[in-house]
Amino acid sequence: MEFLLASAVGVMTAAGVYLLLRARTFTVVLGLALLSYATNVFLFAMGRLVIDQPPVISALAKGYSDPLPQALVLTAIVISFAMTAVVVVMALRSFLESGTDQGMLEPVPHTTPSAGAEVAEGSR
Amino acid sequence: MSLVLIVLLPFIGAMLPALMIRAGRNACATTTFSVTLLAFVLLLSHAPAVFRGEVVQAGWDWLPALGLNVNFFLDGLGFFFAGLILGIGLLIITYARFYLSKDDPMGSFYTYLLLFQGAMVGIVLSDNILLLLIFWELTSLSSFLLIGYWKHLPEGRQGARMALVVTGSGGLAMIAGMLVLGDIAGSYELSVILQNGEAIQASPLYVPALLLILAGCFTKSAQFPFHFWLPHAMAAPTPVSAYLHSATMVKAGLFLMARLWPVLAGTDAWFYIVATTGLITMLIGAFIALFKDDLKALLAYSTVSHLGLITMLFGLGTPMAATAAVFHILNHATFKAALFMNAGIIDHESGTRDIKRLGGLLYLMPISATMAMLAAASMAGIPPLNGFLSKEMMLHEVANTAWAGQGWLMGAVATLAACFSVAYSFRYIAHVFFGPARDDYPHKPHDPPAGMWMPPALLVVLVVLIGLFPDTVAGPLVSTVARAVTGGEVLDYHLALWHGFTPALGMSAVAVVIGLVLLRRYGLVRGWWQAGPHPQAKEMFDALIAAAVRMAHTVTHGLHDGSLQRYLALMIGAMVLLGFSVYLGAPSAPGTRVLLPVTLVAATGWLLLVGGCVVVVLQHRQRLQALIAVGVVGLMVSIGFVYLSAPDLALTQISVEVVTVILMLLALNLLPKTTPAEPGRARHLRDGLLALAAGAGVGGAAWAVLTRDAETISGYYLEQAVPGGGGTNVVNVILVDFRGFDTFGEIIVLGIAALVIFALLDGAMHGAVARKLASWVPDQPRAADRHPMMLAVATRLMLPLALMVGFYIFLRGHNVPGGGFIAGLVVAIALIVQYMASGFGWAAQRMKLDYHGMIGWGVLIAATTGLGAWVVGHPFLTSTMWHVDLPVLGELHVASAMFFDAGVFLVVVGATMLALANLSRIGRRAEHLLVNVGPMDVDPSASAARPVEN
Repeated sequence: MEFLLASAVGVMTAAGVYLLLRARTFTVVLGLALLSYATNVFLFAMGRLVIDQPPVISALAKGYSDPLPQALVLTAIVISFAMTAVVVVMALRSFLESGTDQGMLEPVPHTTPSAGAEVAEGSR
Repeated sequence: MSLVLIVLLPFIGAMLPALMIRAGRNACATTTFSVTLLAFVLLLSHAPAVFRGEVVQAGWDWLPALGLNVNFFLDGLGFFFAGLILGIGLLIITYARFYLSKDDPMGSFYTYLLLFQGAMVGIVLSDNILLLLIFWELTSLSSFLLIGYWKHLPEGRQGARMALVVTGSGGLAMIAGMLVLGDIAGSYELSVILQNGEAIQASPLYVPALLLILAGCFTKSAQFPFHFWLPHAMAAPTPVSAYLHSATMVKAGLFLMARLWPVLAGTDAWFYIVATTGLITMLIGAFIALFKDDLKALLAYSTVSHLGLITMLFGLGTPMAATAAVFHILNHATFKAALFMNAGIIDHESGTRDIKRLGGLLYLMPISATMAMLAAASMAGIPPLNGFLSKEMMLHEVANTAWAGQGWLMGAVATLAACFSVAYSFRYIAHVFFGPARDDYPHKPHDPPAGMWMPPALLVVLVVLIGLFPDTVAGPLVSTVARAVTGGEVLDYHLALWHGFTPALGMSAVAVVIGLVLLRRYGLVRGWWQAGPHPQAKEMFDALIAAAVRMAHTVTHGLHDGSLQRYLALMIGAMVLLGFSVYLGAPSAPGTRVLLPVTLVAATGWLLLVGGCVVVVLQHRQRLQALIAVGVVGLMVSIGFVYLSAPDLALTQISVEVVTVILMLLALNLLPKTTPAEPGRARHLRDGLLALAAGAGVGGAAWAVLTRDAETISGYYLEQAVPGGGGTNVVNVILVDFRGFDTFGEIIVLGIAALVIFALLDGAMHGAVARKLASWVPDQPRAADRHPMMLAVATRLMLPLALMVGFYIFLRGHNVPGGGFIAGLVVAIALIVQYMASGFGWAAQRMKLDYHGMIGWGVLIAATTGLGAWVVGHPFLTSTMWHVDLPVLGELHVASAMFFDAGVFLVVVGATMLALANLSRIGRRAEHLLVNVGPMDVDPSASAARPVEN
């Protein structure tokens, strides 16, 4: 079982990293989502794997799995959702602004106003 | 406590000038003066104790775990410096009132000045060296503001920046040095460090600590080769130069050398570094000063020279030399501040401070001229003025010191420096005040108002009095300070004008004669100097800065050239390298934990998950397929959580999964549906290898951890969940109670994320983007029924049920899996389905929920719950429980954590809905859809012959 989990984390990470390195923003977002899964499962696994022992106090329980990583991961899931949402909306906005969804800026000489400033003005 | 107040008063008072300027310039100056006067009087109230040799202490613990405490102490040395800072401060404040013109913003000037004053007093009274460092940095910052006060002058800005860079980097070195020092001594309290001199000098870290601390002192006190910032800082208004660059800030380095003298001085390293640096600085400063035509530049280099003199005296390491150093600090502060103010007067009244354009001022402004000549004579070391006394003591000490076995060397160099010193001092007198009275001045010069000449006059009176009656006027003070510097040694000496025919007197006489000859033949000397090389420190400094900037550019642009791919690849590559290098360097035996068996269910889930990942990678160019595959992976993750005893996680994961997929679909509506192929096999290969390495690393790490047993720190939570938190679901109790503060932070992050999304999307509704949206053409065929009846009816039926389920999940969360996060997501899904079924506009008209408000109220409710604990005297977010007997329902068990969870719930609903609703709003804008009239495309109540138009 442990091997299945560890290898699943590895596979999700590998897939996530590969997608992260692609040129288009939406693919990067998908990669980020996979990487979040991998990270959350990895964190969760730090409490070691236990079956049929949820951390709910009860007189009948044989034992409890470690609640602390679970609490941490629970908020991490919500936060990574928020992050994914922000990133996908940023991808959308930059696509709307520039007409392309490449994760690449035109190299701007640093003496001229940056592309960001122009975008901010353009949106007003 | 009044000791702490002395330090705090200038800081508190710093707010006043900025306000009082509205009541006029006099009110502003008077307020500043009063604040400083109050601090000065408080300081003087401690004088009797200090002169008795007592040490006054005050303070409180701030961060005792770090050794950082707000502790102050007042001994002779601190008293002396604080007196200089506040006393001369009073004179400067008066002088500046008349110096600043109507156009200068006086309020901010006095505010900066008080900030600086507070920081300086803080340095000299701190007992804790970490606290001292904070004040040290504050002086750098406030002096930056003061030097750059005339923002419109480029020299002012450049000088301010240069001063900040030089003293700031010295300050950084000193932080390191002080930390090392505190580490050796085992305490950051000065009073403890000063008792551990032997241990510190015996430590192998003594020399590094010494070098680092001296780097701070030398930069601050403008010692060679860091002396160049001081003349450039002269672009500041003259009151600033007089205050910072003669009397106080440049003496901070000297102060620290004096303060740490008992601990650091006396070794060979100290002698050769400090005394030699001081000697060189003294000579170079005096030499350059002779050839400066700008009065302030002349005084600046003269200050550099005198600072070198004092540094050298401390460097000699004998108690008598330290006493002479203290005496010269006092004397230099009096005559140099007076001269700076005088230079300001000349500049102010005649319109120039170029010596070549000045002359004969004795007849035009006799009062100022008399004072300046007395002060300059003291600077030259002419009896019976105070400068003569301390210079005599210096020459005496130097004459008795051998440098690397050469007994004559230091004496000769010091005498040479004294020659130049005499020459430039008399040049100030002869070329400015004597000579024919000129009438080509920009303004007709005359003596300034009394407010401007009184402050320097007071100092000149001191110059004369100390010179005539040294033992009476300055004797007790100097001996008290010297005792504090040397750590209590009582020396047999007395300050006097006449010591008989000593070698020092001879050296003085030689210096005066040669100095006068140099001035007599000034044209010739200047010609020789013109012919020689003139290394420009400013150009070297600028070149150094430019090189640093170029390097930063190369590195930054090399790493981050605007391509996300390149930057991510570098970052991931670096992390992989780091991880593997640690792994390869450490021993790794296989783990011994008993493993769980693999079941068929687990294997199936694993296959689906891995399959999902493979599909995502292979199909990532077909975005919809890839998204579905990501959904599969997410589902498997949540099933995994169920299987592995984490029901809360499973519930959260599955509801997040739903919301995420909806969100991505909404975004995909406007984004391209496919990704064009990327060229370049090599890049795919590189990325693939990186991905495999990263995956192998993370997977390997997980495997390594999972096969080993571990100590958990969760025992406390499991034991205390019911008695302490009032709930049996330990995960939820941790979230809302034990670690409620984390959760509080997290809901704030969630709320901010939603607001960012709102801002990004709302911005797209206006301007150029909105025009682009308006001309957007759907790239996919639309379904014929946008709002299908089946969906509309089903979701309407589901809504109350879903809300009830959400409420139930919320209520039970404290005891069984559930809680605010999950309930929030469930309710959000129930609401968003309404949007999907009947269209955004239709639903929005009927569900007038203020999502911004929900986020705000949620955070507020959570915070109020937390603050409620304060009311009853518990720490933030301490949970309380009540037992309520209700008539029908029976005993109800309510924990205050439930209100906190309600806040979490509101934020989650608000944030999720805000994000999704805005995404659908923008989609509707792009498709030019009118708000439909009915909830679905088909109106069941109408006959088939009359379809409703929308």
